Amino acid sequence: MAKRPKTYGLLAEYENSADLYHACERVRDAGYAAWDAHTPFPVHGLEKAMGLRPSIVPWIVCVMGFSGAALGFALQYWASTIAYPLIISAKPYNSYPAFVPVTFELGILLGSFGAVFGMFGLNKLPQLYHSLFNSSRFPRFSDDRFFISIEARDPKYDPERTRRLLESTGATAVEEVED
Amino acid sequence: MSAHDRHGPLVRHEQVHISDDSPWRRLPGMFAVIGAAGLVAGFLMMGRDPAKFWSSYLTAVMWGMALGLGGLWYVLVQHAARAGWSVVVRRIAENMALALPVMALLLLPIVFMGAHDLFHWTEVEHHDEVLAAKAPYLNEGSFRMRTIIYLVVWSALALGFWNWSTKQDTAANPSENAHKMRFWAPIGIIAFGVSLTFGAFDFLMSLDPHWFSTIFGIYYFAGCVSITASTIALTVILLHRSGYLRGVVTAEHFHDLGKMMFAFSVFWGYIGFSQFFLIWYASIPEETYWYSYRGHGDWLTLSLILVFTRFVLPFVGIMSRKIKRNPRTLAFWCVWIIVAEFLDMYWLVQPALAHRHGSEHIRPDLFDITTLAGVAGVFLAVFTWGLTKNALVPMKDPRLEESLNHENF
Repeated sequence: MAKRPKTYGLLAEYENSADLYHACERVRDAGYAAWDAHTPFPVHGLEKAMGLRPSIVPWIVCVMGFSGAALGFALQYWASTIAYPLIISAKPYNSYPAFVPVTFELGILLGSFGAVFGMFGLNKLPQLYHSLFNSSRFPRFSDDRFFISIEARDPKYDPERTRRLLESTGATAVEEVED
Repeated sequence: MSAHDRHGPLVRHEQVHISDDSPWRRLPGMFAVIGAAGLVAGFLMMGRDPAKFWSSYLTAVMWGMALGLGGLWYVLVQHAARAGWSVVVRRIAENMALALPVMALLLLPIVFMGAHDLFHWTEVEHHDEVLAAKAPYLNEGSFRMRTIIYLVVWSALALGFWNWSTKQDTAANPSENAHKMRFWAPIGIIAFGVSLTFGAFDFLMSLDPHWFSTIFGIYYFAGCVSITASTIALTVILLHRSGYLRGVVTAEHFHDLGKMMFAFSVFWGYIGFSQFFLIWYASIPEETYWYSYRGHGDWLTLSLILVFTRFVLPFVGIMSRKIKRNPRTLAFWCVWIIVAEFLDMYWLVQPALAHRHGSEHIRPDLFDITTLAGVAGVFLAVFTWGLTKNALVPMKDPRLEESLNHENF
């Protein structure tokens, strides 16, 4: 028994970045939440046209960085004062200036882990399957075309009205994508 | 606004020229009076305590030099890197560099009058083996010679680039000047780096002639850059309030200047710690005593204040994008860094004098104020004169349009 394919959403194609930019403003103003824009290169100010809020990655980096620094310091403090106290060049066990490089490096290391993996996590990467690739048009997003996708799970989504909205923004093609 | 929306000239004349009835026109004269009064008062009262006077004077002049040298570096590096974003603020740095020859002239009294009060290696009759071994470099004759060389190199670079850039505004073939500046910038950077390093050795490090640190020139340089980015941003904020440069220098440029202030505050921390760290680790008495007397009494307090004002607080304070893009918060940190650079110079110069007298106390003195007023007055007189004399941006720079449209991702 073949299951009827479910709809992922609508995909609209644009010729250039200016059309896409203005289309994004319209979609944003129409109040959609589960939607995205796909471009071959970064478009200046697109985050404003899409109404995106600032990323929370900096806060992840902040927490991870300071934890890394604390961990680095604690590791050295524990090793040189508790686990294996040795007097080195007549300095106290807790010679904190000597701990600075490792503290700094671990802060950087965990901070950058936070940046990279935080970004992956927020982008839900890696993804082995994405419905948008069911469209034969879509691969051109990495070459010379600009796309907007609106997902069917968006509460505002309505097959007819959403399609009319996208068509009215100057899309060269609007198609339904299977999930 | 993209380039395609614009008609006519890139910037309007009244946006970038200070008008004849503007209060800015009165500033050069006003600052010249303050500067002259500060210097004359200082020199007249010098007899009261010559050693203290020269310490205060050196502190103030090295602070003024940081502004001039930083301005010169900024101009050179933008040309060498073919930077597009910075063109609209480069003229301000050029005017800071214009004050560099005057600041370097203020070094001459130190060399020819104050050397014996400041640098005890100039005493001929010392019985000191270390100084005897260093005499081929640390002697008055070569000290004078080097100062003259610095003066010539810095003046040639500062005036040369100022001249090419301002002449370019009316040149029939502006790209010719652009090419000339681009060709000379890397050569200038080498001359600048060598002269700044040896200048810092001669005027700051040799206050304590036994002590040495090969990283010392870079330490001074780090301060030069952060104070320069701060001064440029602060000048633009003040010009904005008078109605100039609006729409020319935008939040995007403030953002980038803020990044430089942040980056070079961190760089200062990095260099300062590296210098301290190696000396602390090796624990060799010839090296550690320089930190030792900065780690006792009042100087310890100043050292800790310096670590926080120069690195820790700016690090936390300027990190956010919002703070860099908002002129009010950015102006706060500009003033902060300009003051912190003075504290840094105070910390480099004044403990040497106290140490020689076996004192652990900070001794604030009227000289600290008069010399600072003198040097700051002279610097600002030249700087504001430069601002009023020409356009506030290089009008015919080939990258002006790129700079006007600059955006951060």
